[in-house]
Amino acid sequence: MKQPTNGEARIGFYVCHCGTNIAGVVNVAAVAQYAAQLPGVVVSRDYKYMCSDPGQELIQTDIKEHQLNRVVVASCSPLLHEHTFRTACEKGGLNPFCFQMVNIREHDSWVHEPGDAATEKAKALVRAAVKRVALHTPLEVKRTRIHPDVLVVGGGIAGIQAALTIANGGQNVYLVEREPTIGGHMAKFDKTFPTLDCAACILTPKMSAVASHPNIKLWTYSEVVKVDGFVGNYKVQVRRKPRYVNEELCVGCAKCVDACVYKEEKFEDEFNEGLAKRKPVYLPFPQATPPVVVFDPDACIQLKTGKCKKSCLEACDRNAIIFDQKPETKEIEVGTIILATGFRTFDATRLPQYGFGTLPNVYTSLQIERMVNASGPTDGHIMLKDGRTPKAVGIIHCIGSRDNRTNRWCSRVCCMYSMKLAHLIKQHTGAEVFNFYIDIRAPGKGYEEFYGPLPARMDFRERRRQGEMGGQRHDRKAARPRPARPARQTPAVG
Amino acid sequence: MKFSYFPGCSLKGTGRAYEESLLAVCRALGVEVLELDDWNCCGATAYMAVSEAAGYMMNTRNLALAERDSHELLAPCNACYLSLKKTQHYIAEYPSVAAQATGALAAEKLSYTGKVKVRHPLDVLVNDVGLPAIKKAVKQPLKGFKVAPYYGCQIVRPFAEFDDQQNPVLMDKLFQALGAEVVRYPLKTRCCGGSLTGTLGEVGQRLSFILLNEAQRRGATCVATVCPLCQFNLDSYQAEMSRQWSPVRMPVVYFTQLLGLALGLDEKALGLQRCIVPLPAQEVHA
Repeated sequence: MKQPTNGEARIGFYVCHCGTNIAGVVNVAAVAQYAAQLPGVVVSRDYKYMCSDPGQELIQTDIKEHQLNRVVVASCSPLLHEHTFRTACEKGGLNPFCFQMVNIREHDSWVHEPGDAATEKAKALVRAAVKRVALHTPLEVKRTRIHPDVLVVGGGIAGIQAALTIANGGQNVYLVEREPTIGGHMAKFDKTFPTLDCAACILTPKMSAVASHPNIKLWTYSEVVKVDGFVGNYKVQVRRKPRYVNEELCVGCAKCVDACVYKEEKFEDEFNEGLAKRKPVYLPFPQATPPVVVFDPDACIQLKTGKCKKSCLEACDRNAIIFDQKPETKEIEVGTIILATGFRTFDATRLPQYGFGTLPNVYTSLQIERMVNASGPTDGHIMLKDGRTPKAVGIIHCIGSRDNRTNRWCSRVCCMYSMKLAHLIKQHTGAEVFNFYIDIRAPGKGYEEFYGPLPARMDFRERRRQGEMGGQRHDRKAARPRPARPARQTPAVG
Repeated sequence: MKFSYFPGCSLKGTGRAYEESLLAVCRALGVEVLELDDWNCCGATAYMAVSEAAGYMMNTRNLALAERDSHELLAPCNACYLSLKKTQHYIAEYPSVAAQATGALAAEKLSYTGKVKVRHPLDVLVNDVGLPAIKKAVKQPLKGFKVAPYYGCQIVRPFAEFDDQQNPVLMDKLFQALGAEVVRYPLKTRCCGGSLTGTLGEVGQRLSFILLNEAQRRGATCVATVCPLCQFNLDSYQAEMSRQWSPVRMPVVYFTQLLGLALGLDEKALGLQRCIVPLPAQEVHA
């Protein structure tokens, strides 16, 4: 590879029209003329598309004909074509790092109105680049070692699949999950859209594959607290929260749960979205992975006061319970980090007009997911708080979405899971199902086909923005929400 | 606290009780209210339907008069409130409307800069006077009252300047502060029928009936409104509605009348005798 001469810089300058993207705003001919007079510039041209083959050949030919040792291209963002032009320089026999790119598209023509000011700005950017490129020294490309291990943050279906794919490729993976078990939201679901496939049948084998994979180190009930280092070589600190159980010894037999001094389940069960109760020591759900119980330090009498008769200790024949377990910080080195931290649902109490939290039979979608799940708190029965089966169910879409006061964007999933739940509710109860929506957005493979057959069996109605839940009605006819109409401009009256 | 006051036609006619109670309440709470000198129609009646431009010009004049007085402009009628707001919006957004307004005002040597703020008394009483001050002034808490707060459409659509657009709550908070029970009233921003009551009576009355029937079903003892047309529609046709659909009897009062009662003001001074369906005496003297 030819090195630039140590003496005088011989610079080739090129300004790109980018069709009308740049030339429609910036006077490119004037920029080329201006650059021609700058110190060290030997050749200065404007060209319609510098990134095209003829454009690149222009650079290569000029390098040879004019003995250029530096090249400047004023065009688009380096993210798009820096590599293109460096390669062109290299093909012309120049060290690729003796090239400097000037962004006069994203930084100039696209953000300014046509006129002299935009041209002047382009000239200023070009002047700086020409001065700078004279100072460039040739660089050599080196290969350096990156750490082969991978950290995956989040043990939901995305993190699980990522970990398995990488581990099957032969790399070591650390899978870190905040909750006591992996599985994430999908573990709560009964069916998936748009095929009504069995969610557990997809997820559970993957969960156990993660737990037993020789290349995967699974740390549940743990959180990443610090990341140091640089691309390819990170140092990560992971805090392992105490679950007060030896993970190696516990087999999840749950004898401690039976023996707990609390005979009744008394504490809110997070996994069941508050629809059920659990004890201070619990297994989140039967297929929890790892199958290890966890103690809730805010509920367990021993952990709170140290004054419990600890019947759980006696019940555990493997001596796995460690009440004085401390949090532990692990430090690991990885080359790559995958974030698969999932989502939180919207807090529906922020929109009190829909009655969540104040009216007894208003549920969130995740609560209904638990209710329709055969292993959920109601064994798959959809029921009202008083135990009756509902005769009519309304599903309100877009809560917290597409609204200037909450999230302005579409969640992109609520149409589909609402349709899925509508289908399951219909199947489980035979109830009339009403969907209140703003628009139906079903833009995925098989989604429209899933939506298509539904309206024949179900009532889809455009959702009224000003809607409000009126509470439970006694007569069924009145329980039908009224057909909705979009808000119109109010006629003025006096 | 001083405001220019734009009554509009309703508060001098069918909505007299609103004016009486509003002025009485303002006096009691130390809010000074000066009626705008030589005000004219807000254009909300037929103007807006026939010629919007003419409607905006009518409002511009009222706004210019208010600017001359340099106080904020109190507009208790929801229709006036909305027409004034709408006019301000159009003048600010559309130079052609602004130019027309400037020309029209020049004929009377008036000018409008856009700085006058149009306020609704619900906003002023709850947010400016404030619930703590009102609570302090309460002489007769509204014990036993079960109020359905009905906001109507015009203070929440399309502009919602001082309350939640989908779920307004200022009246709810006010009545709770006055010691009344507030029933959960999901129809609080549904249509009362508006001027349909005058043109397609049955259609308009049907809409009013839905509101009253719901309030009755929820155990309300009265409906409180912030708008003279709502009050008129809901109060005036209950006999017809009862004949047509199902029996309904529900006193419909202005929020200022309830506030006045709580402040211990005289029933007559609050115009309560003007209600077609009277507020039961035992409640008034509770």
